[in-house]
Parts: sequence; C-alpha cells; structure tokens
Amino acid sequence: MSTETMTPQAATFDNRQAFAEELIRLAREDRRIVAVCNDSVGSSNLGAFQKEFPERLINVGIAEQDMVGVGAGLANAGFIPFVCAAGPFLSGRALEQIKADVAYSNFHVVLCAMSPGMAYGELGPTHHSIEDLAWINAIDNMTLLMPADAQQTRQAVQWSAENGRPVYMRVGRFKVPAVTPQDEPFEVGKAVQVREGRDVTLIGAGTTVSRALEAAELLAAQGYSARVLNMATIKPLDEDAVVRAARETGRIVTAEEATTHGGLGSMVAHVLALHHPTPMRTLGVTGFAPTGSAEYLLEHFGLTARGIADAALELL
Amino acid sequence: MIQHAQLGHIGGDFSVTDILATLFSSVLHVRPEEPLWAERDRFILSKGHAAAALYATLAHQGFFPIEDLLTFMDPLSKLNGHPNRNKVPGVETNTGPLGHGLPVAVGSAIGSALKDQSWRTYVVLGDGELQEGSNWEAIMTAGHRRLGTLTAIVDRNRLQQGARTEDTNTLEPLADKWRSFGWEVHEVDGHDHAALYDVLSAEPGDRPRCVIAHTVKGKGVSFIEDRVEWHHKVPTQDQIEQARREIGE
Repeated sequence: MSTETMTPQAATFDNRQAFAEELIRLAREDRRIVAVCNDSVGSSNLGAFQKEFPERLINVGIAEQDMVGVGAGLANAGFIPFVCAAGPFLSGRALEQIKADVAYSNFHVVLCAMSPGMAYGELGPTHHSIEDLAWINAIDNMTLLMPADAQQTRQAVQWSAENGRPVYMRVGRFKVPAVTPQDEPFEVGKAVQVREGRDVTLIGAGTTVSRALEAAELLAAQGYSARVLNMATIKPLDEDAVVRAARETGRIVTAEEATTHGGLGSMVAHVLALHHPTPMRTLGVTGFAPTGSAEYLLEHFGLTARGIADAALELL
Repeated sequence: MIQHAQLGHIGGDFSVTDILATLFSSVLHVRPEEPLWAERDRFILSKGHAAAALYATLAHQGFFPIEDLLTFMDPLSKLNGHPNRNKVPGVETNTGPLGHGLPVAVGSAIGSALKDQSWRTYVVLGDGELQEGSNWEAIMTAGHRRLGTLTAIVDRNRLQQGARTEDTNTLEPLADKWRSFGWEVHEVDGHDHAALYDVLSAEPGDRPRCVIAHTVKGKGVSFIEDRVEWHHKVPTQDQIEQARREIGE
C-alpha cells in the first residue's frame, strides 16, 4: 500500500480506451481471448479489436441473456471471453445468466460493464447502472472490480485475463484523472491508500476516487487530515483496510456512483457493524435520477469534492 | 432415486431417458475416464430438472460409481436436484432455471468453429422451456452463424409443470418456427432408439439441426404416462413395484 500523497492530475481519461488497448495487446499474445458483445461494438469501444481479430469478435445482437450464455459456452470450449455490454443491460437483463452460467458454473468469463453508473446521464434511469454493485455483491464466486483510472483499468484487464475466475468489471466512460501512483501494483482484494490521514477516512471507487482526493484537499484547508482509500475491488472487500481505517481515523465516509442500498457503503457499514462500529456517512445515488448530464447528476447526489467534504465535516 | 430422495421430476425423467441413452451409448464422443478431454463432444441438459435421468445415464456410462445414485439429493451429496459441473463429471454447465442451456451450447459450437475442430455440441431442451425468450435469442444466433455442429433436441412431451403446453402458451407450429430461424428440422419418435441414432449421428450440415423428439411424459409407466400431475410427484412403494413390472426391469 502506497503512502505517497496523490493529487488528481489535470488530464482526464475515458477508461474504455485503456480497456480496448489492453485487451488488444493481450489478444495478440493469447489466442484464447475473444470478445462477445450485444451490438455494442462502438459503445464498448471494440472497433479496433474487431478490425484486428474479426473472427474473435462475436456480436450476438441485442440479446444479453444469449450473450452471457455464449460467453459461458466459449469458456467451456477453452476460450477466455470478455463479454461487453452497457452496464445496465449486462447486469440487469442477464442477471440469472451471470449467476447460473458464469458464477455458479465457475467459468472464466470476464463480464465488462461499460459506461456504468450514471454515465448515460440524460438518457435516464433505464440506462443508469446503479444497482449492479448490490446485485453482483450478492452472487457468490464473483470478483467485482471497479478500476479508478486508465492505469488500473489496464491492470484489471490483465488480471482478469490471467486469473481463471468469473469477474465483473466496471469500465468507466465518464472521464477521470489518474489517481494511481505509477509504480502501484494492482492487488485484487486490496484497497489502495492514495492519501494518508488521521481524522477521517474517505472511501471511493471508480469515479469518486479523484473527488475524494479533492475533498481531502478541501478538508486540509480547514485543518483536518483525511485518509483516502481507492476501493478498486468491491468484492472481495478489503475488510482489514476498512477496520484499520476505522480504528485509526474514527470516522468513515463512503462515496459511490451506485445505489446506497447494497453497494460499497453498505458493505463497509456491514464490516464495521460486525468488527468496529464507527460513525459513518454513505454517499451515493439515493433513487431514480432526475434528467441531467452525468456531471450534473454526480453533483445532484452530492458525489462531488464539496459533497464528500461536507459529509466528513458532519462527522468531525 | 426419486423414492429415496422423496423429491424429483419423474415425468420428465422418463420422457428424456431414451434420448439420453441413445446419445451416451452410441452418439457422443466422450471419455468417462477423462471427462474434460478437450475434444469431447459437449452434451448439455438444459432441462436440468431431469437430473435423475442424466445421473443414471452418466453413472451407467462410467462417469462415476452407480452406488452414488442412491445419494441423490441427500445432504451434501454431489447429486443435487439440478446438475453441477463442478461436482459431477460429465456435466458441462450448471442448469436448472430454464432457458439457459441453449445459449451456452451456442457458445460451445462457436468455440469449436473458431478452433476449426470437429467436436459437436448437443443440447436437450424441454418443450415447455421454449416459452423462455432466451432460447429464441440463441436460436437466432445459431441460425445466423450457421452452426452446423450444433444439435438441439426438443423433448416434446407436450406437458409442462402445470398443464399442456398448447393450453398454456402455444408452441405449435414448432417445426416451422425453428425452420424459419434457419435451422434444419427433423421430427422423430423420441422413444425409438434407431430413429434417434440415425438423426443424431448424421454428419453435420451447414445449418444447426433441431430434432423434435415426440415423447410421452412418464413413458413406460401406465399410471404416470401423459399425466400432468406426475411432473414432480413421488411414487409410493406399491407404485414403484408396478412401474418396475411394466418397464420389465
């Protein structure tokens, strides 16, 4: 775990780009890697993959249940399928296939939830994937990854290709700055401490990590020292890092681009209720979103640096 | 097995037994001693509730000891009420909820085509199961991709859990439906081993093959045959003895 203090960089990245580049790099080395999608070659950013490996891009059309089952069948046949679709349809439409065909059957299928959270802003709650953390958390034998920036996305793709297990990975569309120290290894099941602090711990994942870092700056200006954890693995959760943060800082704020019912905040609260009850605030999406851009909706639900800092101040 | 467990799906077990026996005795290229042999033919029981029939077939083929059958649905038995590939050799994917087997079979058939290998994929579906939309997604995909190594067998016993299929949500004209999705369709007596063998072992064509196997739910036992209430009823000792006499065991 790094103790280096990071501040968000000015440049921002669409993680789908890092995802596509890494997938192609791995596919050149390993013929078992194939991509399966639901008419989402463009939105899953698989155009370059299709160009280089036309046979290994399997587009089943708008048929998510078939898509996930096909992924399981390809794994049975000895391939490593990366099954790509917009998060709401992958997780919602094909949830039973994820449970039975992938997790319970224990096939090495990498489910890639593209444009998760509220990335599709104005398209509305039908296109928001805010329930997926709760749903996937509830399924045994799944690993749930939420890389926070381009570097972690590359690392998560590589790990998922090599680990031999069922994986669900959120691949963000909303542009985010780099938050991971360059030499930081990607350890599944381990939180990355991106800022040391004593008074409160801010736990983010994906989009909210850079915002938590900015919140820590705001808190520092008011004389408070905030620790920031990047919880890039939601499942299995790094319970040790959570309990240590509670013991050492006494207050916890979680921030996630997902429903507060059953996601990161609920998981952290569950761990702390059992092992070290601690004052908490859980920020996230509290209901079906109103109309607005992704940026607007993050602000609407308080998932901004100011919103996270204010939640921390309520505890301080 | 079902009397031992006091649970099970006896009607659907009897309707599919002749299909399973034909496949495993003379059609499938599988190695019971090496169940994950990479070039094996894949067999998927999409109607996972007929697990007892599958387990009996696998045990008689040598995938695991026949004595294990009497642990069916016992606490901690590997023989769950629906098949689990991680516990039972010869099971390719975990089924139980309906409408799951065919998409997985399509993935398997795409896999053999991508590898340019000749192993084949067979999947058995219940007829009532065809009311699940996921099947029609997969039927479209297989037709579109002309997956000649894929064979889907419909156990057409015309009964689902609660009533006749045609009184619940009509499947007919079933053969025309498959044909219109780009499949080659054959209709056979699903209890005629020779007819089943001929159609299931025929060389693959350039389209996926659907075999509508006309069967009788509860086949071979007079008081079970074609009676909806025997979907998951458990026979008494007297009924078992009568059934044994009728089947000629």
